Amino acid sequence: MPVNKIVASFDEAVADIQDGAVIMVGGFGTVVSMPSCLLEALDRKGVKNLTTVSNSSGFGADVWRMQGAKFPEDMDILVRNGRIKKAIVSAPVSAMYVNNFEKLLRAGKVEIEMVPQGTLAERVRAAKAGIGGFYVPVGIGTVIEEGKEKKVIDGREYLLELPIKADFALIHAYKGDRWGNLIYRGTSRTFNPTMAGAARVTIAEVDEIVELGELDPEAIVTPGVYVDRVVARPRECPAP
Amino acid sequence: MSSEIPKKERLDRQIMALRVAKEFKDGNVVNLGIGIPGLAANFVPAGREVIFHSENGVLGYGEITLPGEGDLDLVNAGGQTVKRAPGMCFFSHDESFSIVRGGHLDISVMGAYQVSEKGDLANYMVPERQVGTIGGAMDLAFGAKKLIIVMNHTTKEGDYRIVKKCHYHLTAPKCVDLIITDIAVIEVTKKGLVLKEVAPGWTPEDVQKLTEPKLIVAPHCREIELM
Repeated sequence: MPVNKIVASFDEAVADIQDGAVIMVGGFGTVVSMPSCLLEALDRKGVKNLTTVSNSSGFGADVWRMQGAKFPEDMDILVRNGRIKKAIVSAPVSAMYVNNFEKLLRAGKVEIEMVPQGTLAERVRAAKAGIGGFYVPVGIGTVIEEGKEKKVIDGREYLLELPIKADFALIHAYKGDRWGNLIYRGTSRTFNPTMAGAARVTIAEVDEIVELGELDPEAIVTPGVYVDRVVARPRECPAP
Repeated sequence: MSSEIPKKERLDRQIMALRVAKEFKDGNVVNLGIGIPGLAANFVPAGREVIFHSENGVLGYGEITLPGEGDLDLVNAGGQTVKRAPGMCFFSHDESFSIVRGGHLDISVMGAYQVSEKGDLANYMVPERQVGTIGGAMDLAFGAKKLIIVMNHTTKEGDYRIVKKCHYHLTAPKCVDLIITDIAVIEVTKKGLVLKEVAPGWTPEDVQKLTEPKLIVAPHCREIELM
């Protein structure tokens, strides 16, 4: 039987995500890097008490519609609809304005674990790579060091950081094939390849599904082995 | 202290960014934060090739585009669209922070709420809101070979931002190398803060009045050179 990870719809792709799941969400700041259609489907499913792992907590679809985004949903769709119990996040709020996450945070309606961005990326990568923990200097002398094991290596102080394990990783890529091989476009790569394979199930939302063999093996960024499901957005995409 | 604030003209954002860019040496790999630091990408001195890094996985991006003219899949960490340039490359977030944490960045430029006389940095917890965003700031502050802070010298209310000890949550201790403000350029050294340049019309005494710790005036302290 040919391997076929392609799933017909976004709703089908997220059908087994249950209340209380730990969900990684790829992308960075701008919505074009994010799995917007998977987030919409997850919201439609009505799950609650999620623990989310993401770089940011969202600006909201209105911001992105104004910039002309066809798929404008970011983390805010889960935030504003009360689906998140705890956020493990690097950039939860904006210096420029008050987002919905900040409102929930101030009202005590969501828990937060704020993680330096590089440490977040490496904790995700550690989960993917089967690493039990690692030491970084980042956070020494700040609130980040609270409760963590310290170790001096070659005369420098380090903190022990542990992997973040998740049930599902929702990511966005430019093109994918039925094996789950993925390529990305420009700066929309970000956390997406880092999270691919870091969760028990990785679901990739792609702009376009291509035939097996069409992606240049030298250019594939995420090997299909890390990806469990591939689902395509309903649109044509501009050439890079 | 407002009565003591000298009423002299301060440098604007563009000029501060221009002064920041003068620190970039030929071949430097540089990360620019959001705001004034980001503007420095447009002021690289002629004849110098500088490679810009952004947390979202790009090295070697070009100038910031005009609003609406860029490609949303080609942005800096602040979300501004930038130009495609020869030699540029893209990579994942873990790779991006291997570059940062692993000591491969020559210079990181960012803003701040407070910097202490020891070079401690506080720039993530929004003081009046008691929330904040760490983002990539901690990794950059710990990882870059040289950390340049660019900020207004005082708060809107006229309070010190260059302080003896930071009151806000620290981003990183003892990490700042150079402070460029709207009135001065100050180097953080083991002996203390050394005032190296002042804005046109300002004296070292004026700058001291707006700085909590005692400044050491460099023997060759001069007016900020912008050209």
